Amino acid sequence: MRINQRTKRLCMASLAVLVVLAMAHARPTGGTISGKVTYEGTPAKSKTIDMSKEPSCAQQHATPVTTETVVTGPNNSLENVVVYISAGAPDESAPSQPVKFDQKGCQYLPHVLAFQVNQPLEITNSDQTSHNIHPQATKNSEWNKSQLAGAAPMDVTWNNEEVAIPVKCNVHPWMRAYIVVVKGPYGMSDESGAFKLDNLAPGNYTLTAWHETYGTQTQTVTVAAGKPATVSFTFKAK
Amino acid sequence: MRTLTTKSIRIFLALLAVSVLPALTAAQQMESHVGKWTGHADTGKALYFRYCWGCHGFRGDGNGENGPYLNILPRNFVAATFKCRSTPTGTLPTDQDLYNTIERGVNNSNMPSWITLTGQNRADLIAFLKTFSPRWMTEKPGEPIHIPAEPKLTLESIKHGQELFQKLECWKCHGQEGRGDGPSASTLTDNNDQPIRPYNFSAGSRFKCGSTNEDLYKIFNTGLDGTPMPSFADVVKPDEAWDLVHFLRTLQVTHKSPELTMWESTKEGAQQVASRKLSGTPTGSGVDQ
Repeated sequence: MRINQRTKRLCMASLAVLVVLAMAHARPTGGTISGKVTYEGTPAKSKTIDMSKEPSCAQQHATPVTTETVVTGPNNSLENVVVYISAGAPDESAPSQPVKFDQKGCQYLPHVLAFQVNQPLEITNSDQTSHNIHPQATKNSEWNKSQLAGAAPMDVTWNNEEVAIPVKCNVHPWMRAYIVVVKGPYGMSDESGAFKLDNLAPGNYTLTAWHETYGTQTQTVTVAAGKPATVSFTFKAK
Repeated sequence: MRTLTTKSIRIFLALLAVSVLPALTAAQQMESHVGKWTGHADTGKALYFRYCWGCHGFRGDGNGENGPYLNILPRNFVAATFKCRSTPTGTLPTDQDLYNTIERGVNNSNMPSWITLTGQNRADLIAFLKTFSPRWMTEKPGEPIHIPAEPKLTLESIKHGQELFQKLECWKCHGQEGRGDGPSASTLTDNNDQPIRPYNFSAGSRFKCGSTNEDLYKIFNTGLDGTPMPSFADVVKPDEAWDLVHFLRTLQVTHKSPELTMWESTKEGAQQVASRKLSGTPTGSGVDQ
């Protein structure tokens, strides 16, 4: 009889724990991680791109376009760095909102694009010329498709996490973009180097920052409820 | 006496099964199915280390002893990206596709034709080379593209193909005369970051993935994965694709074909073909300088 009561209590207690866990899982308590990405040293100068072989693109640019391998802002800030949770991310279903990726003036817009596994990607061609889209994936399947001027948008999804997939257009060898497919929340550094990850449940996370030229850096961070965590990354310019 | 023999055979077989089975891992049990043949990876392994590994490497990564000396590096089976497929871009090829490649060899590369190997040998090899990439465990080969029956050859078809050659901008790499000298040709690299040339139609050689009209149809509707050649399946309709095939044949000015004969029977075509044929001898005599 006594044992029975004890089991009952135990059952109730574990039920309560389960309910609390389920609630916590259903509603992340709005924890955030924010910070800044900077560089040390002198980055290599960007090079001017010669688009004369594609006049319809060259005409779209009043000033010549330069390479985007390192994009910096004031106060040593580093742009186009993807900051994502590489361990400890909750299993969430990907947003159904498509991410947009455009080819305009023989450039990819944006140059670095991050989104989640299985999130739809919509690729458009706004140019008067045709492009071939050639993502050189290794963890996802590699494909290569032509998209004519004025063609309908191309919809694709990516099944595996991959940081990062270089995208090429073989017809226009100067075109280069990176697609970053991540599992959990992510942020991207802007002109001031600032990034932010929203809506995180309290807990311990491993945060990775990736830059196309300077590689990756990793830090661990603890997010507490109602207390924004701050993390900063500094890359060495090579 | 007779019962004894059957018994001993049975015992022998049982012993064999017991000794062999645990040694087989899941990968080694990989099979291939081509026509009447079922290939087995464990048999293919011995063949691979006899015939293939010199170029394709111990680990199947294309990094064999001979690899660095080859222009167009040997295929990397770990990446499982294949040029000659009947399946859409980004998907795995069928066993039959791999079988055809082994049989045919890859033109303009160092991969020879392995017609000396039996059908069973080739099927076994395919089963083994599929053990190099985990993709074969998690993914199925793509659904082969549908190829409608080739329509009758007409002059209109060739002319429409010529328009498509412009519209699809094939010339940007292959050149207006199909000599593989388009404006982007000199910048092209493959997945190994090695320079790669677009196909030169005027040389008239076989295509990388076969020699028939149907092979040509497949090449631009599947793309040659791992190279700059994309798939045009989304941008060209199935009947139009045949028109393009017919026109592309006329660019092979040194290769006799019904398409070339028909094209040369017109005034415009005859002039074009004549101007594209190199005259004279390799020493230069007979060429107006």
